Amino acid sequence: MLEYANLWSPIRLTLELAGITTIILLLIGTPIAWWLSRSNSKWKDIIAVIVTLPLVLPPTVIGFYLLIALGPQGPGGWIASIFGGRSLAFTFEGLVIGSVIYSLPFVVQPIRNSFDAIGKRPLEVAATLGASPWNAFWTVAVPLARPGFLTGTILGFTHTIGEFGVVLMIGGNIMGETKVLSIAIYDYVETLYWTPAHILSAGMLLFSFVIIFSMMKIERYFRKTGK
Amino acid sequence: MKLLIFIFILLFLTPTLNAKELRVAVATNFMEAAKEISKAFAKETGHTAYLSFGSTGQLYTQISQHAPFEVFLAADQARPKKTIKKGLAIQGSRFTYASGKIVLFSLTQTLINPKGTLKKENFTKIAIANPITAPYGIAAVEVMKNLKIYKYLKSKIVYGNNIAQTYQFVHTENAELGFIALSQIIKKSSGSHWVVPKELYSSIYQDAVLLKSGVNNPAAHEFLEFLKGPEARNIITQYGYGSSSDEKI
Repeated sequence: MLEYANLWSPIRLTLELAGITTIILLLIGTPIAWWLSRSNSKWKDIIAVIVTLPLVLPPTVIGFYLLIALGPQGPGGWIASIFGGRSLAFTFEGLVIGSVIYSLPFVVQPIRNSFDAIGKRPLEVAATLGASPWNAFWTVAVPLARPGFLTGTILGFTHTIGEFGVVLMIGGNIMGETKVLSIAIYDYVETLYWTPAHILSAGMLLFSFVIIFSMMKIERYFRKTGK
Repeated sequence: MKLLIFIFILLFLTPTLNAKELRVAVATNFMEAAKEISKAFAKETGHTAYLSFGSTGQLYTQISQHAPFEVFLAADQARPKKTIKKGLAIQGSRFTYASGKIVLFSLTQTLINPKGTLKKENFTKIAIANPITAPYGIAAVEVMKNLKIYKYLKSKIVYGNNIAQTYQFVHTENAELGFIALSQIIKKSSGSHWVVPKELYSSIYQDAVLLKSGVNNPAAHEFLEFLKGPEARNIITQYGYGSSSDEKI
């Protein structure tokens, strides 16, 4: 269980989890961000708070509710039963659901900020030029909000990679299914296998540094070129 | 007002009179029993034992990094022996305080013939404690290997971080069944369980040891003595453990 050959499985699994989570988050986060930016609904603030909650909630709280929700008595168990399972806990799919909730604010917030920054004017111009709202959204709003999408993508991806507490509670530590990088490192440290722990931790450190550094560079580039 | 101040001063002074504190690292399977023992210990001596729980492997790692524990109640003999070997614990202080029993547990009543249930495989997930850090996890693997079903069940195993999380996995029904410690369910009646016959796994002798940092704390010495005493023994057997005296090292 502790050979070095096993180092690759958690890395691959973590990248898959982060990749799929980020794609889902962009798909559901974009309309949420757009709605939060444009709507005048009285529910707007409430929804904004709900979306931001995972930012401040302890992972144990998210993990606890997920454990119940994914289990046989919750909606997760119902979904699992369609595919012949009993529970979504201890499955890769369960981790994706958990990660989407856990990283939601990190994707929605930057995109929303970018939408906010555009203001009403460019879309009004597009409308007078005959663009449908759908058309204007894709040809005007999305390109203008590029920095927000980029930041959201990077933050969503890296935050999912750094996920630990939630996975510890709903994962079940299954090699190739739910044993992600952070859990693998935890296991190595807890059993005093410090060489693989060092390898993985140093890799994470380097990776995170590069990501944040390049994000700063890209943001500066966007600011210079004027959105 | 004066009375209040008096009470406050009294409250502050009482614990310092001769009551001391100690920190005990306890393997999770022994959680409930340890809580009861520390209560009885406090009643008799006035000392407060602060209990920290984790899997034996995790606690050992913490101790090897000089965590401020004074007594170590492990779920195996290997780790306490290692603490002595590494100079982290006191030679001669080690003794077996309990011998653990493993059970197959499920919340549903349908678990009538446990061997049959395991072989039928009419379940999706079976929880065990992570064998790399938890002795009860090692025992669970041993049982499955001896029943010649490990190969088939391997893909259905989910690993709890310690025996408490393993029990929780089963209790939330995210896993239909799991190998846990008898002590965890002996005082609760829900569900069904099968006490695994001794022949199917190597005995789980659980050793206690006095750690270096506890040498100068009389409360730590007293706690270990109390653990050997009749009152603690009584609690230990109540939780389904074999007593150490008849099954010696």
